[in-house]
Amino acid sequence: MSTAVGAAGPLMRVRDLVKHFPITRGIIIQRKIGAVRAVDGVSLEIERGETLGIVGETGCGKSTTAKLMMRLLDATAGEIDFEGIDITRVKGARLKAIRREVQMIFQDPYSSLNPRKTVGSIIGEPFAIHRLMREKGERKREVQRLMETVGLNPEHYNRYPHEFSGGQRQRIGVARALALNPKLLIADEPVSALDVSIQAQVLNLLRDLQRRLGLTVVFIAHDLSVVRHMCDRVAVMYLGKIVEIGPNDALYAFPRHPYTGALLAAVPVADPSLHGSERHPLGGDVPSPANPPSGCRFHTRCPKAQALCSTQEPALEDKGSGTLVACHYPLSREEVAEMGVRSAR
Amino acid sequence: MSAAEPLLRVEDLRVEFPTEDGIVHAVDGITYQVHKGRTLGIVGESGSGKTVSSLTTLGLTRRQGARISGRILFEGKDLVTLPEDELRAIRGNDIAMVFQDPLSSLHPLYRVGRQLTEAVRAHRDVSKAKARERAVELLGLVGIPDPARRVDEYPHEFSGGMRQRVMIAMALANEPKLLIADEPTTALDVTVQAQILALMERLQRELGMAIVIITHDLGVVAEMADDIAVMYAGRIVETASATRVFSAPEHPYTWGLLKSIPRLDGSREEDLVPIPGTPPSLINPPSGCHFHPRCPYAQPDHARIDPALEPVPDEPGHHVACLLEADVRRRLWEQLGAGKTPEEALAEVGLPGAAPA
Repeated sequence: MSTAVGAAGPLMRVRDLVKHFPITRGIIIQRKIGAVRAVDGVSLEIERGETLGIVGETGCGKSTTAKLMMRLLDATAGEIDFEGIDITRVKGARLKAIRREVQMIFQDPYSSLNPRKTVGSIIGEPFAIHRLMREKGERKREVQRLMETVGLNPEHYNRYPHEFSGGQRQRIGVARALALNPKLLIADEPVSALDVSIQAQVLNLLRDLQRRLGLTVVFIAHDLSVVRHMCDRVAVMYLGKIVEIGPNDALYAFPRHPYTGALLAAVPVADPSLHGSERHPLGGDVPSPANPPSGCRFHTRCPKAQALCSTQEPALEDKGSGTLVACHYPLSREEVAEMGVRSAR
Repeated sequence: MSAAEPLLRVEDLRVEFPTEDGIVHAVDGITYQVHKGRTLGIVGESGSGKTVSSLTTLGLTRRQGARISGRILFEGKDLVTLPEDELRAIRGNDIAMVFQDPLSSLHPLYRVGRQLTEAVRAHRDVSKAKARERAVELLGLVGIPDPARRVDEYPHEFSGGMRQRVMIAMALANEPKLLIADEPTTALDVTVQAQILALMERLQRELGMAIVIITHDLGVVAEMADDIAVMYAGRIVETASATRVFSAPEHPYTWGLLKSIPRLDGSREEDLVPIPGTPPSLINPPSGCHFHPRCPYAQPDHARIDPALEPVPDEPGHHVACLLEADVRRRLWEQLGAGKTPEEALAEVGLPGAAPA
């Protein structure tokens, strides 16, 4: 598929992506009275072979961004450029061809597998949809090879999802996503429904696959420790916008946006010797995305907010520490240390 | 450890549920205590029995046909055998509980204030007006802005974090001596979780209550707990001060838990060491040590012998249920702490390796 031109530059380029969900009133005659601005101007690039983490709290737009990248939702505005093609506009056979290149692993391994189908037909379904491996023996061999790749016993080809544990089901989901050899894999909270001991099994599997197959992955999670473990670069989202983006090491060692700092400081660390330090958690709640604050969207909760913050929206800029930050008054090292960010260096 | 009489003492508690498939041994003989003003963290994965044991403390498993044996002593009374009406006088009064999901624990059709006054008036003979005053006071106590107005709102008008504050306010209505919090922050975002944990710590300091916090999150117990009990398949496999559990854990399951979480301040290069296999069935738990099928260090006789929770030599307050020699355990943990895999640690210590199922 990939041409000489497509092989250069980033795999995906997202520009000013916007997704608004209309809020309507009335049953028969629906009037639009507002919009939930789930994603409100996101720009980012995904390099070939990297793992990009997207973190943020409930309602920040991270899952909506993923669904837009998959074309499971239609964008309100903006562009998603995948190997030179703007996928927000394509239809029909071309859309189907792109869907083949972008695959997804879902959060809940219980509801994302059809309970009435055998594991073999679940993992083989992408072949059926795209009319590949049409010879039965060939398809079975390929499915069994995939099962082995993700650490499932190929002899379990004819079993049903209920015969597997949560961790094994997530492996089935991973095998299905890998079936078509996609160029981009989107994992939306792939381990948050799993128990701690099982979570590690799935994370190790994903890391191993990344290394072995050179996958490009978008890894969406709310758990900042997991994202740090898995990703090369991280984007932090707040109310539909990216507030900070940069290489993993830089972002965790020296977060510049006060929201990134607050998120990192809030993570409980499994070490009681760090217990003593008094913490000052971020106050308040995330405002409604239907009516986001003016200027910088974080100013209503930001301890550093000044008058400028409520009137002028900050742009994503390099502030000299390796990340791009959308903040008028980024954090200093002293402030990061004071907040109790445990990954700071 | 104080020598004073503990506020709550659970002795050899067993809870079994007869089902069509067989008897579920949800809690299989656990013993622990909670002292006044202290926090006990109960850690375990789904199905380890941590929730059932605390529901039983409040008598909430009685109606589900559970077979309960053992003793739960609270201020000299045995809650297992206490008549229902006497138990009701304690529940929500001296012992209160906060549940995981604040949305499903609040009645959607009643105003928050009404639900709070109900909690107050269930145990205190006060007028409606007085109870309402108390409700406003409680909402203020848990940090809800403008409590006099919000007391008349419905649960859906509150955010997730605010609802959990309402749940805590309700639990505190009668100034309990013991607060049981079952995964109180699992449904919440990380910044809101930090708010709720800070709130619980502040209220504990101000009101002097004891807290039992049940969670699967090792970070949360490290932040909150003075003492920790680790549960696996209905049993306590290790109990010690929080500092000991994290710095010198004795049980292979605890090692497994600690090694399987990525840490914000840990090395990124190191791979996680997952615990092989899956949690066992509680209908047919494994013979001998319940953990042996998943334990990389299990020896052949561990499938036969059932380990008791015994004191760790020279470490008062630290108990572990493991069949390995104390000395062997110490050497294994040294190896694991240095970043060795279980296989490497076994070879180093000179134990024959086990083949986990």
